[in-house]
Amino acid sequence: MSLVTETTARPVEGFRVTRSRRNVVWTGAGALIVVVVLALFPYIVYSGTTAIMVQAFIVLTMASMWNLLAGYAGLVSVGQQAFVGLGAYFVLILAINGTSPFAALPVAAIGSGVAALPLWWLVSRLRSGYFAIATWVLAATVMLIIEKFSSIGGGTGMPLPGFAGFDPTLLTAYTYWAGLAVTVVALLAIYLLLRGRLGLVLTAIRDDEVAARSSGARVGLARMLVFVVAGVGCGAAGGLLAISQLQVQPGAVFSIQWTAEMAFVTIIGGLGTIEGPILGTIVYMVLQQTLSSYNAWYLIILGLVAIFMALFARRGLWGLVDARLNLRLFPVGYWLRLDK
Amino acid sequence: MSWVNAIIQGVLVGGLYALFACGLSLMFGVMKVVNLAHGDLAVVAGYVAIGVITVTHIPVLWSFLIVVPVMAVLGYVLQRTILQGALDRSVLATLMVTFGLSVVIENGLLQFFTANTRGIGTGLALVTGSFSIGQIQIGYLPVAIFVTAVVVLLGLQYFLSATRYGRLIRAVADDKEAAQLAGADYRHVFGIAAAVAFGTVALGGIAYGMYAQLAPTTGTDTILLFAFAAVVIGGLGSLWGTLLGGVVLGVAQQIGAQISISDETLAGFIVFLAVLALRPQGLISRGAQS
Repeated sequence: MSLVTETTARPVEGFRVTRSRRNVVWTGAGALIVVVVLALFPYIVYSGTTAIMVQAFIVLTMASMWNLLAGYAGLVSVGQQAFVGLGAYFVLILAINGTSPFAALPVAAIGSGVAALPLWWLVSRLRSGYFAIATWVLAATVMLIIEKFSSIGGGTGMPLPGFAGFDPTLLTAYTYWAGLAVTVVALLAIYLLLRGRLGLVLTAIRDDEVAARSSGARVGLARMLVFVVAGVGCGAAGGLLAISQLQVQPGAVFSIQWTAEMAFVTIIGGLGTIEGPILGTIVYMVLQQTLSSYNAWYLIILGLVAIFMALFARRGLWGLVDARLNLRLFPVGYWLRLDK
Repeated sequence: MSWVNAIIQGVLVGGLYALFACGLSLMFGVMKVVNLAHGDLAVVAGYVAIGVITVTHIPVLWSFLIVVPVMAVLGYVLQRTILQGALDRSVLATLMVTFGLSVVIENGLLQFFTANTRGIGTGLALVTGSFSIGQIQIGYLPVAIFVTAVVVLLGLQYFLSATRYGRLIRAVADDKEAAQLAGADYRHVFGIAAAVAFGTVALGGIAYGMYAQLAPTTGTDTILLFAFAAVVIGGLGSLWGTLLGGVVLGVAQQIGAQISISDETLAGFIVFLAVLALRPQGLISRGAQS
């Protein structure tokens, strides 16, 4: 299953192509240090802080997936809450049957990815805006179907079993590490995917779909792959959500609010860059923490900022940083160096 | 007998869905904008109607004389400013902007008017009254809404096919650069089309407020999704298709409700998904998919 049908390539001389202008080792080492420091957090900060961090991990994972969909594959999905909900329910179902919720997390992620296949078959028949609403209808349908099963809580949901005997402090720490692991794996997977053939094909589609098709890029397959990967990622985030809230409620896990958050975070941070959602998540968490006592206000402000960004700063905050510093933390493109 | 009743009620409520769907379809057909805030704007229209009725004490039914022009002006202004701004950038931007609008409107309504549901003209004879044919009770209101929908669709068809602005809209929808060269300011024409679409949204919002109850979340979890399902079932880009789609959706929901009251919405969506799977071009096919 190759993404590209082979075409004849002609080697050209006189220049070198590199991934980054700076040494990748340094940014790699920097990322590693950040991850190690983050991993030590449960030992150095209060559990209240790690709980907030888990929320940030969930938002970052979801936003990175939405970014992959909208920023790279041109698929604006407003139904990603379908996968958040499915992930949460997969964890719940496995936990009811005696699996540890933490062990259930990877299974839930893969399950959501598998579920993405038939859903893709349905929604891929529509384009752009109609694709968007179709994903929304799909998410509503999945929720209505799940609500019919009273053994998993029906319309009211149920608490997540499987935590009996867990020390509360240990549970918070485990949840935090699970969140960190999900986020790191998600970012790494996206980075590697975009560095490879898929990234090249997606860039070609973004620049000119017809030209990409005629050069042998398999557009449909590339988009399906992205949709499935986003399903896996949002499923993992949903599973994490279930574990961090210790309960699963259909109205909450299938809420459009998740898609609103992932979209706004991505648009504010910077659509089409891996760094964008990271920056967006930081902005989001600051806003949410300062405005948390004003109920719906943080979502209103976030929405207004996102509209402003979509109109006037299409590449988001990271675009503004990048324009000044020419910085890439995750180099997925190429630099052309002419030989002197 | 209850099945016949369900089908009749479904057909009638289909008119309401068509009222929402035709505006969505018009905006997509002309501007290629899928307005994700479509349903929320209908709720805004309903809330404006409630406000107008409370303040001016005009008869409930005449509130549309104020609300429709207000929404039409809002449509023109929104189109000329942020929607056109988004269109000039990309299709992606229009989706992000209208989705942002949707979330902002919904949470704004929630913040200022709480999550309480509100009805329009709840005591009126038109709203509560009904007549019976044999054993079947039919409300005056669903019939009135259905007739309104048919009149609106006839009016739209006349407007698009026989009036000067209608011709301009069709010309711009076909090829906006060519229309521009021939002297039509496509931005202004887009504004007019948006004004017309928002006018239908206003009627739909008032009708919904009388037929059921309005709440801040009604705009997305009911109106937008049902309108969209009606558009897809009927066939993209077809005006009368929206009525057919609305009717099919309405009947599916009422039959679902007959099986189990909690299955009303689900039954409608399953029919929508079945159409998407088996006949993605919709029941009335125009051949062209975009």
